[in-house]
Amino acid sequence: MATDVTASERDQIGEINKYNFRTETTGVFKAQKGINKEVVNQISDIKNEPDWMRKFRLDALEIFEQRPMPKWGGAIDLDFQDIYYYLKPTDHQGRTWDDVPDEIKDTFDKLGIPEAEKKFLAGVKAQFESEVIYGSLQEDLSKKGVLFTDTDSAVREHPELLREYFGTVIPPADNKFAALNSAVWSGGSFIYVPKGVHIEFPLQAYFRINAESMGQFERTLIIVDEGASVHYVEGCTAPMYTTESLHSAVVEVIVKRNARCRYTTIQNWANNIYNLVTKRAYAYGDATMEWVDGNLGSKLTMKYPAVHMMEPGARGEILSIAFSSEGQHQDAGAKLVHSAPNTTGQIISKSISKNGGRSSYRGLVKVDPGAHQSKNNVVCDALILDPESRSDTYPYIEVGEQDVQIGHEASVSRIGEEQMFYLLSRGLSESEASTMIVNGFIEPLVKELPMEYAVEMNRLIQLQMEGSVG
Amino acid sequence: MSDAPKHQLKIENLHVSVGDKPILRGVNLTMGHGQTHALMGPNGSGKSTLGLAIMGHPGYEVTDGSILLDGEDVLEMEPNERARAGLFMAFQRPVAIPGVKMADFLRHATTNVRRPDRKEGEDLIPMREFRKELKDKMQHLRMDVEFARRYVNDGFSGGEMKRAEILQLAMLQPKFAILDETDSGLDADAVRLASESIADIGGREKMGLLIITHHDKLLEHNPPEFTHVMLGGRIVETGGKELAEELHRSGYDRIRTAYPEAEARNQEMLNEETAV
Repeated sequence: MATDVTASERDQIGEINKYNFRTETTGVFKAQKGINKEVVNQISDIKNEPDWMRKFRLDALEIFEQRPMPKWGGAIDLDFQDIYYYLKPTDHQGRTWDDVPDEIKDTFDKLGIPEAEKKFLAGVKAQFESEVIYGSLQEDLSKKGVLFTDTDSAVREHPELLREYFGTVIPPADNKFAALNSAVWSGGSFIYVPKGVHIEFPLQAYFRINAESMGQFERTLIIVDEGASVHYVEGCTAPMYTTESLHSAVVEVIVKRNARCRYTTIQNWANNIYNLVTKRAYAYGDATMEWVDGNLGSKLTMKYPAVHMMEPGARGEILSIAFSSEGQHQDAGAKLVHSAPNTTGQIISKSISKNGGRSSYRGLVKVDPGAHQSKNNVVCDALILDPESRSDTYPYIEVGEQDVQIGHEASVSRIGEEQMFYLLSRGLSESEASTMIVNGFIEPLVKELPMEYAVEMNRLIQLQMEGSVG
Repeated sequence: MSDAPKHQLKIENLHVSVGDKPILRGVNLTMGHGQTHALMGPNGSGKSTLGLAIMGHPGYEVTDGSILLDGEDVLEMEPNERARAGLFMAFQRPVAIPGVKMADFLRHATTNVRRPDRKEGEDLIPMREFRKELKDKMQHLRMDVEFARRYVNDGFSGGEMKRAEILQLAMLQPKFAILDETDSGLDADAVRLASESIADIGGREKMGLLIITHHDKLLEHNPPEFTHVMLGGRIVETGGKELAEELHRSGYDRIRTAYPEAEARNQEMLNEETAV
């Protein structure tokens, strides 16, 4: 399956070296290329789904077919009939890594997942192509009633709980790509944290696209019950191929009264991936929802994690870092909707553009009528490393009440000649100096990450920066 | 006397322009191993320009002349190569680098300067060894260890900035250091501490010092073997310690009168500076 790459292509992809390896797998089932009713029915058949889910998929397919492509954001040059929508890599899900087929286990070994699991995670899901191939959860958590499973299993094993929330935060009609995901979704995480249960260590999912022209459409649903808390972390990578692949996830989060959820994403897609993801959370009374979103790589990312503050006292915080390099467009941002009084929202967005990369911040702050005394603050800073690169800011603000506090600060800076000279005059190389300045720029966000991810984030930035300065 | 190599920094006929404007017009200055030179002169005479040109600031174009460090052509070197070759400048107004911790920055700098051939990505000085040395030097400079965790020059007071520059001097141990008004903006106690520290570092490391100053304290602790007076982009007079003392006592009136052409150019440059 692996395509030969030329020397110049190899140079270009050198930056994502660690992730740019391909695994030869046979797979147990691959749907035909393209999307139609037959493919959707086939996916539903293989998964042996209840009728309501099959109908959900088929209805969503109709919506997908009717909806035009979005006219804003980035240029999407995708042939939807030239993509594989479903690829099942193995027959069963492993409960230990020994149960996972060797070549796939090897992939996750290289990505360091089993090692991280031993050290600092409370549970892990690993998805390869369309299916979750490994899952674990600490025993004491399952005894407390915590559910952490792949979403397909949840359809079978927790049908009532799942059906109560599935598609309620992001209905298929939300946007064209949410409809596409709803039609062909496979895998993703399902988490339920019962009332008052605090999960101390993060739960992690890792999404790996391996095959060429592959579409990955995971579907994640997280329910944090009253007074409970969880930190969920996802990582995403793919190797480089000559044709584009598509990652289009839907993530729905429900944070009930006094509960807390932090959702951290560090993605480092190869730069031929279209990453078109819909993420939204509902936060109820005095609950807190935080999105921490690190976007590196991909050809085009369009992603705007959202928090709807549904009841008084809810808080929504979004921290986002976007890094775009040659041939990449990060159209990333955030949405905060204040639907109740005394709700508080904050967006901190940092973007870096280099080697002709383009980063856009696109954000919405909406205060509904009746959301008295709400507060919202947006800070977005862009750093541009060379004249070929570009940064844009598209802030949308809709305020339906008078007695609210809304703040918006935006800055765009270029790496200053004086900063560069200062570091060089102390013996640093140009790329060490610019890496240091960039890492300094995102430091306020990186320090919010768990230590291991902060180290990884800094390493990724370093990889992106190496050889970036002529 | 040890058998260690003797270093020399030799500047000949140096002409430097900023944009299209000539600032330095033929500067000659030779510094021997471990020597202390005072560089004095009224505002706008080109003292900082000389320092920045020696370090290779991209905004300062050398149009003629040469700078040799132990016979090596400094003008062929990038600023980081100059640092690795043993040149250092304590800046008058060092720039802030938000988010970058002093310790992290200094560990990279120290490693590169001590191992000039280090390739990028090769190991840094081991953390434990570096921390110990940094802590020792900071204690010596009576700096709070907390300082190492702060971001480079970010939100520093004037005095903190100057002390941070002196700390870098102490860590990097250059062959030749240019100190650009490292005593300005400090109160009397801080000036004394800075002066003593520099004398201590310079003396221990046998460093050549080119001290740009308007005050006498720094030179009291670091008595110069030579004093150079700059006016209108040239060194118009060179003397010993007594010349610095005279200028502190009586100011630049005698110099301005003695070198009318240079004085006219100096006024011209000052006017252009204020016009910008």
